[in-house]
Amino acid sequence: MSLQDYLLLAAALFSVGLYGALSQQSIVMIMMGIELMVNAVIVGAAAFWYFTSPDRPDGQVVVVLAVTAMAIEMAAGFAVTTAVFRARDVDTTDMAADLKD
Amino acid sequence: MEIVFWVCAVGAVAMGIAVFRVDSMARATFALLASFLFAGVTVLLVELTYLGVLVILMMIMEMVVMAVFMVMYMMNPAGLMPMTMVHNQKGSLAIAVGTFAVLAAGIYLVDWPTSQASRPDEPTMQLGEALMGPNMLTMIVLGLALFATIIATVVLATNRGRYDRYGDRLEHRSPRDPVRGGIDR
Repeated sequence: MSLQDYLLLAAALFSVGLYGALSQQSIVMIMMGIELMVNAVIVGAAAFWYFTSPDRPDGQVVVVLAVTAMAIEMAAGFAVTTAVFRARDVDTTDMAADLKD
Repeated sequence: MEIVFWVCAVGAVAMGIAVFRVDSMARATFALLASFLFAGVTVLLVELTYLGVLVILMMIMEMVVMAVFMVMYMMNPAGLMPMTMVHNQKGSLAIAVGTFAVLAAGIYLVDWPTSQASRPDEPTMQLGEALMGPNMLTMIVLGLALFATIIATVVLATNRGRYDRYGDRLEHRSPRDPVRGGIDR
């Protein structure tokens, strides 16, 4: 268990999330990819706090920031999904990109 | 500790991959929940008890809410028919693998600093004192952002607000509803 191991885990989570966010069509699945990427930030920040600067609280503050960002992302994402679905009756990005027919 | 970490690390990544491999959206949600739980345990392993528990509890609630939305909006929530809803899969895979390769190279090439400082007895106390002291601005901004999120999500999710019902200047005496209701006055 070292800083490198933790960062490797964070990098793997980030890459998986990036793949999902880029490849998925459904808006909710894209949000899942983004959440995986934010989760990588949480793991990385916790590891940085523990291994490089445990005497300063800044690493923990970054974790709090990432957790809040994740909550806001999910709430805003679902609200946008609801608004898009109401307006256009679609739930994928490709369909939402087309002009209304 | 070492074994627990590696089990959780492999589990988190495997479940993360499973999110985009399983057929049904409901299964994807719970795969994501498992991934977050594994990642939460790794946060617990670095003695961040409060933040680890916070992440785990928040993820459970978040994924349950997400499962409800899945059933509301998404086709095929139960996975009775196999489905793939992807675009540019090869390009995405290449970008993701490339990103991982660059990050992994950086992880092993950079000479990371090591700390000789002693770890605090109470990391949670350290965090609380920071948020209520030198990092108060962070906490204030987070609070404002969360409040703005509440307003923005309600505005976005509202179907017919008061401006739809009473006009742009709220000038109508009685609301313009598709179906008239209420008592007539």
